[in-house]
Amino acid sequence: MDAELSVIGSGPAGLSAAIESAKYGVRVELIDENILPGGQLFKQIHKFFGSKKHYAGVRGYDIGWRLLREAEDAKVNIRLNTTVWGIFQSSNNRIGLFDQQRVFFSKPKRLVIATGATENPLSFPGSTLPGVMGAGAVQTMMNIHRVLPGRRVLMVGAGNVGLIVSYQLLQAGAEVAAVVEAMPKIGGYLVHALKLMRTGVPILTSHTVLEARGDKEVESAVIASLDKDCRIVKGSEKELDVDLVCLAVGLKPDAELCRMLGCGFTYVPFLGGRVPIHNEDMETTIPGVYVAGDVSGVEEASVAMEEGRLAGISVAESLGYISEGEAEKEKDEIKERLRDFRIGPFGSPRQEGKDKILTEYKRWFSNEGKRDS
Amino acid sequence: MRESEILEKIRSSPGYPSRERFIKGPVCVIECPEEIPCDPCSQVCPFEAIDVGRPITNLPKLIEDRCTGCGLCITACPGLAIFVVNLNYSPGEASISMPYEFLPLPDVGQQVEMLNREGSYVCKGRIVRVNEGEDHTRVVTVAVPKEFYEHARGIKLISGKVR
Amino acid sequence: MRIYDHPILGGLREKRKVSIEVDGEIIEAYEGEPIAAALLAAGIRTFRHTLRENKPRGLFCAIGRCTDCVMTVDGIPNIRTCVTPVREGMRVETQVGLGKWRRI
Repeated sequence: MDAELSVIGSGPAGLSAAIESAKYGVRVELIDENILPGGQLFKQIHKFFGSKKHYAGVRGYDIGWRLLREAEDAKVNIRLNTTVWGIFQSSNNRIGLFDQQRVFFSKPKRLVIATGATENPLSFPGSTLPGVMGAGAVQTMMNIHRVLPGRRVLMVGAGNVGLIVSYQLLQAGAEVAAVVEAMPKIGGYLVHALKLMRTGVPILTSHTVLEARGDKEVESAVIASLDKDCRIVKGSEKELDVDLVCLAVGLKPDAELCRMLGCGFTYVPFLGGRVPIHNEDMETTIPGVYVAGDVSGVEEASVAMEEGRLAGISVAESLGYISEGEAEKEKDEIKERLRDFRIGPFGSPRQEGKDKILTEYKRWFSNEGKRDS
Repeated sequence: MRESEILEKIRSSPGYPSRERFIKGPVCVIECPEEIPCDPCSQVCPFEAIDVGRPITNLPKLIEDRCTGCGLCITACPGLAIFVVNLNYSPGEASISMPYEFLPLPDVGQQVEMLNREGSYVCKGRIVRVNEGEDHTRVVTVAVPKEFYEHARGIKLISGKVR
Repeated sequence: MRIYDHPILGGLREKRKVSIEVDGEIIEAYEGEPIAAALLAAGIRTFRHTLRENKPRGLFCAIGRCTDCVMTVDGIPNIRTCVTPVREGMRVETQVGLGKWRRI
């Protein structure tokens, strides 16, 4: 029997969506192209922020284990090693799958796309040399596979990812020569920055990487300071003896499947660029297709889990497994928590972004045929 | 960012004890001056000495008369931003208990170099206690000359053994 | 470089070892780990050379997206080493350009 709901991506958002809908009786299939479920959760070895009631103070990998147990208890059918290579709106959102053996199709009634995000690259002379890696990639290698891709590191970007991964590099036994940040101010949380700074790692704001040098692989990197117009200050160039340049310059939603389906998109720089338009219940401009987590706008894992729950309940409601009244109550609680996550200097620009997406959603249906994708 | 700038920001946040409270003995010092969505510190305190409330982006407020300096909040804080300072550790020394998540662990009695918040050298310190802590976050207590109680916040890393 | 001791993750658990052949040399790997991890552990960071300029490339995204880390594995070119687990006896070759198919 085909699943009623296919959730694509088993990170924090996908797992939460699958668990929540399965709890109400929806027949769920959770699909992931990786060998292991959990998305990026298992490489998060730091304790999460948030509300104590919802995993705050728990390390990412422990949250991963808890979610996997919940998924098992809720009888979610997890299909690993399975790639979704196509979705066809013309045949009722039929999805094309490949499980390394055969190609097959599935025709779920509802879809939750929770494919996460990909790291942004940065181009500079030497940026293609072996030894220039995404921060997430470094995190995967050292925290999941327990190999260190370099001994002495230049981190590019002082957002939360750059700060957290720098700290984790120290924990893994590497040395962090410096963190450079082109903006005049540290982008991530001060508490993350302080964890690094008090060990002696310099965070150089208004600085950038100019070049990665090396014959065959990275042997050093050149950094320089930037003036207030972001121009390189002549004579400020410095060559650092590093064998790894780690890029933490932002993420963008991995929304190829939404694009393939023809979902409406809108541009929200603070949420990672072009994001699929969705309503408060996480439904896209294509009825029955939902998004959750970073694919719907890059935020953080705690938000991804709440959005996943929201999508899961919305699906259960739309399939008649939960009454409208009961669903509203549950959804209101989640929405309130999401609002809490999106206040303050770091949160409010994200709330503005989500508000813009909602406005676009309403506009989409009031102004039929208007396309921004 | 300079030490003075960071300290200024932290001192003016509601989680920082008053000079009078420091003088009385062990007290937790919450160095969390930005509104981020987080509240485990307020949940873990058995004396209800830390208040976050709603919304959870509120800055944690230290109710200093209730704080006993027990240090449960040190390992509960996901941001590793809470310290316990005892200004009366010995006639000439203050002790600073801090979260520690590196290897190798320092040994009790070991001399270490103490750094401030911007990573500059402050003074020598002596490790006086290493606790198992909670969930892999150890708590290391260092004795430092009294005058550095507000500045010594990090231990210069003992270079790791990469094989 | 393997990370043997870790303050959060603890000691490295011994897993079953397998041998793989990389450009003719035998290296040890842990069963189930991606090829890329085994190579990094052995100190190998250059995985392929580009078609036109013969420039070295290595691991970049490690989640199977960027395809910078592809190599020829058991005679099949363009295998993403970051998401392909090692197997006993696997033959891994530095790929040049688009690589060549080879029957084995």
